[in-house]
Amino acid sequence: MAEPASVAAESLAGSRARAARTVLGQVVLPGEELLLPEQEDAEGPGGAVERPLSLNARACSRVRVVCGPGLRRCGDRLLVTKCGRLRHKEPGSGSGGGVYWVDSQQKRYVPVKGDHVIGIVTAKSGDIFKVDVGGSEPASLSYLSFEGATKRNRPNVQVGDLIYGQFVVANKDMEPEMVCIDSCGRANGMGVIGQDGLLFKVTLGLIRKLLAPDCEIIQEVGKLYPLEIVFGMNGRIWVKAKTIQQTLILANILEACEHMTSDQRKQIFSRLAES
Amino acid sequence: MAAERKTRLSKNLLRMKFMQRGLDSETKKQLEEEEKKIISEEHWYLDLPELKEKESFIIEEQSFLLCEDLLYGRMSFRGFNPEVEHWCIFQKLMLQMNAKHKAEEVEDETVELDVSDEEMARRYETLVGTIGKKFARKRDHANYEEDENGDITPIKAKKMFLKPQD
Repeated sequence: MAEPASVAAESLAGSRARAARTVLGQVVLPGEELLLPEQEDAEGPGGAVERPLSLNARACSRVRVVCGPGLRRCGDRLLVTKCGRLRHKEPGSGSGGGVYWVDSQQKRYVPVKGDHVIGIVTAKSGDIFKVDVGGSEPASLSYLSFEGATKRNRPNVQVGDLIYGQFVVANKDMEPEMVCIDSCGRANGMGVIGQDGLLFKVTLGLIRKLLAPDCEIIQEVGKLYPLEIVFGMNGRIWVKAKTIQQTLILANILEACEHMTSDQRKQIFSRLAES
Repeated sequence: MAAERKTRLSKNLLRMKFMQRGLDSETKKQLEEEEKKIISEEHWYLDLPELKEKESFIIEEQSFLLCEDLLYGRMSFRGFNPEVEHWCIFQKLMLQMNAKHKAEEVEDETVELDVSDEEMARRYETLVGTIGKKFARKRDHANYEEDENGDITPIKAKKMFLKPQD
């Protein structure tokens, strides 16, 4: 009688940690703890006398694991902080362990270092532009962080312009800073986004889905007519086509494709291709 | 009376340099050790058990770039913006895709690389301003002063000397 009660209590409390390997692809909720592969054997039921020795031998040769967005380090385990599906990527080469992360959905963007985002210039004060990126604070962008910019040769940036840049500093303690050049000093496609076009907002998950290497949506969209798209990791997309109508069609497709199945999408594309 | 009682010198005095010149090396060493003992006892130390540093092998990263191989965010299709297609990291892929299309539909559409008239007019407008700034003399810079918002304000009338009327 005592056993079922204790098991029920445990399952209610949710204190049993699951192995990360078994939960891949499943939905995880915040507060769950996940065990990494090396620890499963050590904490398995019924330890033999040899187990403690093998644990010590392994402790020196532990593999480095990266815990990505949605996960946190909690002692030796991973603690889930966002609800979504658990994903894992095997290491390509070099240091092992791989990457674990939670594939979640949200609309609010939190600046992360290295992300390419679309920002709107809101103010110009001295040598710094204040750029709204959708985060809690406007990011600062120095006028020297453009390709070929010197103290005398200032970039032609006005308030209200769209900027495509990446973050160099982005943490919870400091104001985010962005630049429009890479480490070599080349623009690489970053900088002021040209005139006209349409800027609209989507969820962050859709951006990642569209930028996946094997995304069919982008390939199909590119076949329709000449166009230009810029994706910002902060949920903003800028599109431009030759006529306003084409631009609006494109914006509608991209907004709607989040909730469409692939069949519905193909229907729409075939209809567009005909007209 | 004075010869019976040997005057005793204090420890500090005996530790002084001029008093130690006549001593043997052994007594000198002993005195040094005693000094060191006194000094080390005066030092403070924490009476805690030794904590082993846990080497953490889990690295926290908040960026999605490590997790998924995402494409570069700026794309252009069918030659709409040749500069972007040139800059694009996967430019070969794009050009291949576009090349396939160009080969198929060369008859239907000619790729327009001309800039529209409106864009041309806009570019000249800004160009005149920026090049003019370069060749303007220091005094003329006042004409090109920019507002807080970066707009070039209209040229104000120059202040000349006004002769007083009596």
